[in-house]
Amino acid sequence: MTQQSGRKIGGPLLKVQGISLSFGGVKALSDVSFEIRQHEILAIIGPNGAGKSSMLNVINGFYHPQSGTVTYKGATRKQMQPHEAAEQGIARTFQNIALFKGMSTLDNIMSGRLLKMKVNFFLQALYWGPAQREEIAHREVVERIIDFLEIQAIRKTPVGKLPYGLQKRVELGRALAAEPDLLLLDEPMAGMNVEEKEDMCRFVLDVNEEFGTTIALIEHDMGVVMDISDRVVVLDYGRKIADGVPDEVRANKDVIDAYLGVSH
Amino acid sequence: MLYREAGQFKASYAADQAIFPIAQDRVLMAILLVVAAVVVPLTATQYLYTAILIPSLILALAAIGLNILTGYCGQVSLGTGGFMAVGAYTAYNLFIRVPELNLLLVLLAAGAMAALVGVIFGIPSLRIKGFYLAVATLAAQFFLDWVFARVPWLYNYSPSGSVGVPDLYVFGFPVITPTQRYLFILAIVALMALVAKNLVRSSVGRAWMAIRDMDIAAEIIGIRPLQTKLSAFAVSSFYAGVSGALWAFLHLKSWEPAAFDINRSFSLLFMIIIGGLGSILGSFIGAAFILLVPIFLNQVPPALGIPLSTATISHLEFMIFGALIIFFLIVEPHGLARLWQIGKEKLRLWPFPH
Amino acid sequence: MELQDLYFLIEVIIGGLMAGVLYSLVALGFVLIFKASGVFNFAQGAMVLFAALPVVRLIEWGVPVWAAIAAAAAIMIGLAFVIERTVLRPLVNQEGIILFMATLGVTFLLEGLAQQIWGSEVYRLDIGIPTDPLFLGEILVNGFDISVAVAAGLLVAALIAFFQTTKVGRALRAVADDHQAAQSVGIPLNHIWIIVWSIAGLVALIAGIVWGSKLGVQFAMTFVALKALPVLILGGFTSIPGAIVGGLIVGAGEKLSEVYLGPIIGGGLENWFAYMLAMVVLLFRPQGLFGEKIIERV
Repeated sequence: MTQQSGRKIGGPLLKVQGISLSFGGVKALSDVSFEIRQHEILAIIGPNGAGKSSMLNVINGFYHPQSGTVTYKGATRKQMQPHEAAEQGIARTFQNIALFKGMSTLDNIMSGRLLKMKVNFFLQALYWGPAQREEIAHREVVERIIDFLEIQAIRKTPVGKLPYGLQKRVELGRALAAEPDLLLLDEPMAGMNVEEKEDMCRFVLDVNEEFGTTIALIEHDMGVVMDISDRVVVLDYGRKIADGVPDEVRANKDVIDAYLGVSH
Repeated sequence: MLYREAGQFKASYAADQAIFPIAQDRVLMAILLVVAAVVVPLTATQYLYTAILIPSLILALAAIGLNILTGYCGQVSLGTGGFMAVGAYTAYNLFIRVPELNLLLVLLAAGAMAALVGVIFGIPSLRIKGFYLAVATLAAQFFLDWVFARVPWLYNYSPSGSVGVPDLYVFGFPVITPTQRYLFILAIVALMALVAKNLVRSSVGRAWMAIRDMDIAAEIIGIRPLQTKLSAFAVSSFYAGVSGALWAFLHLKSWEPAAFDINRSFSLLFMIIIGGLGSILGSFIGAAFILLVPIFLNQVPPALGIPLSTATISHLEFMIFGALIIFFLIVEPHGLARLWQIGKEKLRLWPFPH
Repeated sequence: MELQDLYFLIEVIIGGLMAGVLYSLVALGFVLIFKASGVFNFAQGAMVLFAALPVVRLIEWGVPVWAAIAAAAAIMIGLAFVIERTVLRPLVNQEGIILFMATLGVTFLLEGLAQQIWGSEVYRLDIGIPTDPLFLGEILVNGFDISVAVAAGLLVAALIAFFQTTKVGRALRAVADDHQAAQSVGIPLNHIWIIVWSIAGLVALIAGIVWGSKLGVQFAMTFVALKALPVLILGGFTSIPGAIVGGLIVGAGEKLSEVYLGPIIGGGLENWFAYMLAMVVLLFRPQGLFGEKIIERV
C-alpha cells in the first residue's frame, strides 16, 4: 500500500445525479443526487428501507438505475458492471457479510488482490518462477493488512467458523486488499458490541488517514456517525432529505421528523 | 511421537505456502511416490494392475477434473462421461488418421478438444447455476453419447460400432504390458495432479472458489463470472478428456460409446462426494474407494460363505453408494479426505485431546 | 401435402403428446417438492420405479389390484416420513446444491432397494385400462392414451383443488411463497415436508402405474424419468401448468424430430432432443417459459 501523507479533502471523486431506481413498481430511490469528495468519510444515514443499500448497489454497478448518472473520476456513465467498478478501484463490504465461507481468512483477503495478479494461467499451473514470486509479493501485502486488522491468529481458519465481529473485520480486509480509491461500507458496525465498534471505528479512521482512502459508509449508530464522518447524507423513502456536516444535519428539521416518524 | 511439527519454523511465505508445509508430510509423499513408482512395479500382479491400480489412477484423473468444476467452482456436472468420450474419440481419430503423431501429443489434443466442447456446454452457466446447470450437462452427456454412436466417421465405419487400438509406443518405448502402462499412467496422473494442486492454490483457484462460495461477492471484487466459470469448465473437461483417452487406449483397448455413458458420470460424481469435494487428494481416495466396493462385494462375502448373486451385488452397490453419499453430505461434506485430515490433526496433538 | 400425410402428422403429434403426459406426471411431482421445500428432487424418477414395482409384483402374487395400489401408496407415504427424518431434517439450511446431491444418493438407494426387494426384470402391468384403438375420423388413436390423458387431467384438477381449497393446501402455498413467514405463522415445516413428499410419492405412483401399463415396469423407467428435468427447464421449476405444458412440448417435439429429422441425421434423436431444447431455453430464457423472473438482491 502506498502511503499518502495526511489527508486533505479534495474535489468530488464520485457524483451521483438524479438517480431513480425501482423494482417492478416499488420505488427504491427517486431523483437522488450527491457527491463523495476525495479523502473524506461520508456517512449515508436514514431509517430502514430508505434506500441506503440500494444507493451503494447503484454506485458499484450491481443495480442499474432507470434514470440518472454516476460520474466517477471524471467519467460519466449510466451503467457499469460490478467487476468494472472493481477494476476502477471501488471496493465494498456488505450488510449481511458476503465472505467466501469455504475459504480461509488468508485466502479471502488474498482474493481481494485478484485484480492485481497478472501472471498467466500456465505459469500458475506450474507454480513456478514469476507465479511463485507474485504469490509471495501479494502475500506480503496481505500479511500487512492482517497485522493492521489484528487478525493474525485466524489466518488459516475457514471464515465460516469465525464469530460475526471477526467476519466483519475479514470482509474489511478483503476490501482493503484491493487498495481501493473508494471504499463502500454497508453497516460495518451492525450487531457489534461497544468494544468491537470502537475497534472498527479505529480501523476506518486509520484507513482513511493513513492511505487517504475515500470512504462512504452506511451506519445506524448516530454516535459513531457524528464522531467519524466529515459529511452526512440523509435518505428517507428513497429521497435525499439532507446533506451536510454532522452538526448541520443534526439540526435539520426534516431529519428529526424522519427519525421521529412524522407522517408524510 | 513421529508426527510433530515442533521445531519446524516457517521462515518465509514461500515455505508457508508449500503444498506440504509439514516435514513429515513431505517424507510421506516421497515414500508414497517411491512405493508407487518402484515397489509396486516390482511386486504387483497382473490382477492388481488391471483391476485396481490402472483404473483407479485413470478415473482419479477424471475425478480431479470434475472436482475442479464441482468441488472448487461449485458447478454440478452430470456430463463428465461425455467429455471423457470426446477425449477418447479425439485420440482414436488422431491415432488412425495421423498415425505418426506422438502419443503424448494425442493425449494433449484429446484434452484440448474435450476442453473446447466443455466450454460450449458451459456457456449456459453464465445465467444459471447449481442444479439448473446439471440439466445442461445432461444435454452434453446424451448428445455426445448419440454423436459417438451415430456419426460413422467418428468410429471409422466400424460395423459393430466398437473401436480399438493396437499396441502403443511412446518415443519408441512400448506401453503394452501392465507394468509399462501403469508407469506411463502414473507419470501423467502425478504430473496433472500437481498442476491441479498448483491451480487451486493460486489466484485461478481462489477465483473458482469465490464463485462457488458467493458469486455476487466474487463479481464485486472484480471476478468476471463467465470467464471464471468457463475456465473451470475448460480445465475440468481437459482432465476428463485426457482421462477418457487413457481409459480407452490403455485400460479398455477396445471400446464402444457405452463405456462413457451416464453411469460413468454418476460414478465420477460419487467419487468426489465420497472422496471429498474440493480436495485433490479426495479425488484419488474416492476413485479407489468406488472401484474397490464392487471388488469387495464380489470377493469377501463368498469367502465368508455367503455367496451373493450378481444381481444382488449390483443392487447392494447401488444402495451402499446411495447411503454413503447421504451419509457424507450430512456428516462430512469434505469426504474421506477430510477424515484423513482430522486423523492427522489428532496425531499431531497426540496424546493430548486438543 | 397429401391428406394422408396430414393425418400421419397429426397421429405423430398425438403420440408425442401422450408420451408428454407421462413426462408431465413426473415433472409434476418434481414441481410440488421444489415449490414447497426448495429441494431439487433428483429422486422423483426413482420414486416412480419404487412405487410401481410393488404394485406389479403384488398383483403377480395374487393380491387384488386395489390392495396392491393401496399398499404402494402406504409405502410412498412411509418413504416420505423416512426421507424427512433421515435426509431433509439433518440437511436443513444447507445449500441447494448439497440437497440436490443428497437426492442423488436417495435415487441410488431407492433403485437398489426396490430392485433387491421386488426384483429387477421387466414386468407387465395390466390393471384393466382399456386399450382398444379408436378412429377419430381418419386418425388412429390409442384408447389407452386417451384414458391416460383423462386420468392425468383429473389428477391435475384434483391437485389444483387441493391447493386452492383445503387448509393444508393453503399452508403449502404459504410455504412456497416464504419459508420464514410460513414458520412464523405456526406451520411446522417438518409436517409440510412430509405432506408434500407424500403427495409427490402418490403422483409418482400414478405415473408409475400409467407408465408401467404402457411400457412395462422396469429399471429403464428411471432414465425416461430424467426427461422430467428438461421439461422443468421449459416450464419453469415452480409452475404446475408449466410442468404440464412443458411435458407436452417435449413429448410432441421429440416425436416430431424423430419422425421427420431422424431419417436425415440418423435415428435416436429422442435420447437428447429434450435436453438440447432445454439448453437453448436456458440460454435465452433461464427462468423457463412460465417461471417467474429471478431478481437477485444483495
